[in-house]
Amino acid sequence: MTKPTKLVCNALWKIYGSNTGGLSFPPAQEDLDRRGLIGAVQQVSLGIHEGEIFVIMGLSGSGKSTLVRLLSGLIEPSSGELLFDGQDMLKMSERDLIEIRRHKMGMVFQHFALLPHLTVLQNVAFPLTIQGQSKGQAETRAQEVIELVGLKGREGYFPRELSGGQQQRVGIARSLAVEPELWFLDEPFSALDPLIRREMQDEFLRLQAMLKKTIVFITHDFDEAIRLADRIAIMKDGAVIQVATPEELVLSPATEYVEEFTRHVPRDKVLSVGAVMVKGASGTGDGISVHAKIAEVASLVVEAGTPLKVVDDNGQTLGAVDAQSVINVLIGKGG
Amino acid sequence: MTRLTPNALIWIGLFCLTWLFAQFGRDWFAAMGLGWAMDYPDAWVIPIKDSISAAMKWLVEEATFGVFTFTEFTRGISWVIEQPYNLARALLAEGFMDGIGRRAEQILPPFSWIAVTAGVVALGHYARDWLLAAIVGAAFLYLAIFGQWESAMVTLASVVIAVPIGVTGGLMLGITAYRHASFERVLKPVLDLMQTIPIFAYLVPILFMFGFGPVSALVATVIYAMPPMVRITTMALHAVDPEIKDFGKMSGCTRRQMTWRILVPAAQRSLMVGVNQVIMLSLNMVIIASMIGAGGLGFDVLSSLRRLDIGGGFEAGIAIVILAVAIDRLSQAFATRTTHPPRDGSWVKRHPRSTTVLVILVLAFVIGQFIPGFQTYPEEAFLTTGDFWDNGVKYLNINYYDALEAVKIFFLSNFLLPIKRFFLGIPWPWAILMVTVIGWQFGGWKLALMNILMAGFIVSTGMWEKAMITVYLCGSSVVIASVIGIPLGVLAAVNARAGSVIGVLIDTLQTLPSFVYLIPVVMLFRIGDFTAMVAIVLYAVVPAVRYAAHGVRSVSPEMIEAGVVSGCTKRQLLTRIRLPLALPEILLGLNQTIMLALSMLVITALVGTRDLGQEVYIALTKADTGRGLVAGFAIAFIAIIADRVISASAQKARIRYGLEA
Repeated sequence: MTKPTKLVCNALWKIYGSNTGGLSFPPAQEDLDRRGLIGAVQQVSLGIHEGEIFVIMGLSGSGKSTLVRLLSGLIEPSSGELLFDGQDMLKMSERDLIEIRRHKMGMVFQHFALLPHLTVLQNVAFPLTIQGQSKGQAETRAQEVIELVGLKGREGYFPRELSGGQQQRVGIARSLAVEPELWFLDEPFSALDPLIRREMQDEFLRLQAMLKKTIVFITHDFDEAIRLADRIAIMKDGAVIQVATPEELVLSPATEYVEEFTRHVPRDKVLSVGAVMVKGASGTGDGISVHAKIAEVASLVVEAGTPLKVVDDNGQTLGAVDAQSVINVLIGKGG
Repeated sequence: MTRLTPNALIWIGLFCLTWLFAQFGRDWFAAMGLGWAMDYPDAWVIPIKDSISAAMKWLVEEATFGVFTFTEFTRGISWVIEQPYNLARALLAEGFMDGIGRRAEQILPPFSWIAVTAGVVALGHYARDWLLAAIVGAAFLYLAIFGQWESAMVTLASVVIAVPIGVTGGLMLGITAYRHASFERVLKPVLDLMQTIPIFAYLVPILFMFGFGPVSALVATVIYAMPPMVRITTMALHAVDPEIKDFGKMSGCTRRQMTWRILVPAAQRSLMVGVNQVIMLSLNMVIIASMIGAGGLGFDVLSSLRRLDIGGGFEAGIAIVILAVAIDRLSQAFATRTTHPPRDGSWVKRHPRSTTVLVILVLAFVIGQFIPGFQTYPEEAFLTTGDFWDNGVKYLNINYYDALEAVKIFFLSNFLLPIKRFFLGIPWPWAILMVTVIGWQFGGWKLALMNILMAGFIVSTGMWEKAMITVYLCGSSVVIASVIGIPLGVLAAVNARAGSVIGVLIDTLQTLPSFVYLIPVVMLFRIGDFTAMVAIVLYAVVPAVRYAAHGVRSVSPEMIEAGVVSGCTKRQLLTRIRLPLALPEILLGLNQTIMLALSMLVITALVGTRDLGQEVYIALTKADTGRGLVAGFAIAFIAIIADRVISASAQKARIRYGLEA
C-alpha cells in the first residue's frame, strides 16, 4: 500500500448506556455486561487509503452504522483516536470540524435525507449555500453535478415527485457538489429495488472511475461489497473481524462466520488468474493479465486446449493457467 | 360468565361502602359528633386566596424592578401590543380617526368589504383551489349581507394580531425546549397546568394587570393559544428524520443554520398543524374574551344573551360559526399546500393574485368615495334571519314546552340529582382516601401522593362542596357524552358511509368556539344544571367519537382476519376483537372528553351553575384575583387527577395487550 492514508482510527470504542463512570479502556466483556452497557463499536482500528473504495460490511446490529457515524464525526467515540489527514478530529474545535465537513466530506444516506421543501436544484445547491456561496454560484455548480448524475431536466422537481433511484441520484449529486475528498455512503442503495440497485452500483463505479474519491461505503449486502470494494472490513457484534480484498476474503476467510458469507459468492468473479496459475510454468498465447478475473478469461482458457501464458503489468511472464484449474473454480471445487 | 377476581371484589366492596356513606353518612357522623367530616369547618380553611390577592395588590401597586415599576412594565407591554392591534382594527373595521370620542372624524376608511372578500378569495385560491376560494368568499359575503361585517372584522383584527404572537412565541419556546432538555423538563408541567386551568381563571390576574379592554383580551388569547404550538414544535422537531439531522451536520451547518434551514423547514407540515390550532384557539378565546372588552362577535352574542334577544344571539352565533369554518379551512389548506417552483417574469407576473387584490383594493376605495355601497355594505340591503330564529324558538317553546320540560325534569330527577346527592353525600376524608387508593392502584405511590396533595388543597381552601358539584356535573356530562360518542365512533369505524357523515359532523363541531354551544341550549332549556349539561355534552362529545373511531380503525387487519378465520360473527368480531383492542384509545378519548368538559364547565357558569366555574366567574366580575386563581387551581387539580389516573390505566391496558413494553 503505497498510497497515503486519508483516515485512520485506532482502538475506537462506542459504548451505549448510562453507567459508564470510571470505565477503563479496553473494558472486559463481563464488565460491560455487569453494568448493563452495550459496546456498539469495540476496539476498531482501520486505515483508509486515498482513492480506494473501502466497504464496511455487516448485518443489522453489527455496529456498522455506528462506526460510520464515528468515522464521519457525527457522534463522539467513548474512547480511541481518529485522524483525518493526520489531524486529530477529536481534539478539533467545533469551528474547524464545521470547516472540514463543509469542504472535505460528503455523505449519502440510506433514505436519501433530501429536504422535502426544496427542489432538486435547491437541494443540491444547499451545502454550498450553507458555506455562504452566492445563490448564482451555488446553482451553477449544482447544475454541473446534476448533469453528472444524469438528472438534467429534473432540476425543478421536488423530491416527492421522483422515484427512489432518482432521489438517491439527487443525494449523490448533493454530496458531490462540495467536491469532498472523503465520501461516506451509508447503505446508499439498500432502500432501492434489486434492479435499480444494480444500475446504481454501475453508476457509482462509473462516477468513481472519473472522480477517484476516497470512499467509505457501508452495506449489509455481501455481493454488493464484493462487487464494489477495493477492500472490505467485515463487522460482527461491534468488532471488525477481518479486513481484506474480496479475493483474500474468498481465499482465506479469517473465521467460519466470514466463510459462511463467501460460500455463495460466484468465485469466478472474485478470484483472479494469479490465484490459480502455476507459477513458473510456461504457456502459449499473447499472455493473460495476472489481475484478470477467472470469469473474464474462462472461455479463452478452456477453448485453448493448452495452458496459457500469464503476465504481470509489465508484460513479464509469471506462469501459466490451465483449463482444469479454471474449471475447478467454475464448478466451485478447490480454489 | 367470568369469575370475579378478588381484586374486583375489593373494588365492588369499596364502592358499596362509599354508596352507604353517601346515603347515610350525614346522620351517622352527626350522631357520632363528627360533623366536621361532612362539612369542612370554616375555621380550618387556609386563607390562600387572601394571600394571593395581597401579593397581587403589592405587585401592581408597589412592586418595582428598580428602574421602572411593575405597573409601568405591564403598561409598556400593553403599548407594544396596542400599536399593531389598533392598526389592524383601523384597517379592517373602523378606519383611521382624527380626534377622540363622538367628535372623531374619519380621515381614512377601512378596507372595503369588497377588497377584504377579494383578499380571502385570493388566499383560498393560493392555498388550494377555486373551490376553497368560493367557500371562503361565500362565508365573507354572508358576513357582509347579514350585517355582521363590522363585528366580524373586529374579531378578525384580534385574531390577526394574536396569531403571529402566539405562533412566534410558541415556536421559540418549542425550539428552546428541543435544544435544552432541562428547559423542556421545566416547561412541560407548566404547559400541563396552563392547559388544565380554566380560561376564566387567568383572565382575572390579566384583567388586574392590564385593565379592561382589548389588550387584556389579546394577552389572555395568546396565553391560551400558545401551549399547543410549543408542544407541537418540540414534537415536530424531535420527529424530523435523524438522517436529515445527520445530513445537516455533515454539510457543516452551524446551530443557527441547523435550526432555521434544516429542522424548521423539514418539520413545516407538522408546524402548520400547530398554526391551525393556534388560530382556532385564538378565535375561541377572542370570543370568550369579549367579557373583558375584546368586542366583536363575542360581545354581540353576550349582549344578546343578556337581553334575551334570541334572534340577535343566533345571528351573531352563526356568524362566529361561519367565520370559524372559513378560517379553519383556509389555515388547514395552508398546512397541506404543495409548493410550486417560483415563476419567472416581473413582480406583477409572478404575483397575479396579489396584483388583482391590490387593484380591487384601490378601485373599491376610489369608487367608494362616490358610491358608499362600495365602501361599506349598504344597510338597506341587509338581510336578517333574526325574526326567523325568534319565531322558530317561540314556536318550539309554545308547542313543545311540555315535551322539553318533561325531558329536562326526567333527566334532572332520575339522573342528575341522584348523582349530585351521591357526590355531595360522601364525607371528604373518605373521598380523599378513595382518590388516594385509586391513585396507588393505577400509578403507584407517586400518583397516590399527588392525589392526596391535590385533593388536600381543594379541601383546605374550603372549596370542597363546589368541587363536588363540579365533579358531579362534569362526571354526568362525561357519562352521557361517552354513551353517545363511543357508539358513534365505533359505527364510524365499521361503516364507511356513516363514517364520512360523522366525520364531517365532528369536524364542524370541533371548529366551533365553545361559547356558541350555549346559545341554542339556553334558548330551549333556559338556565340551570340541565342546560349546562347539554352544552357540555355537545362540546365534549367530539373526542369520545374521534378516539373510539381511531381505536377501532387501527386494530390490525391481521387480527380481524384471524377472527374471521376462527369463525367469528360480525358481532363477535366487534365485541371480542375490535373493542377490547381499541380500549386503550377509548380511554384516551375519555380523558380528552373530561378535559373538554371541565373547560366548558367554566363557560357554563354563565348559565347559572353553582360549581367552581361559577366561583371563577364571580371572581372575574369582582376582579378578585385570589378567589379566581384558587378556584382555577382547584379545577386544574381535578383535571390533573382525572388525567393521570386515566392515562395510567390506559397505559396498563396497553401493556397488558403487549402494545407497549
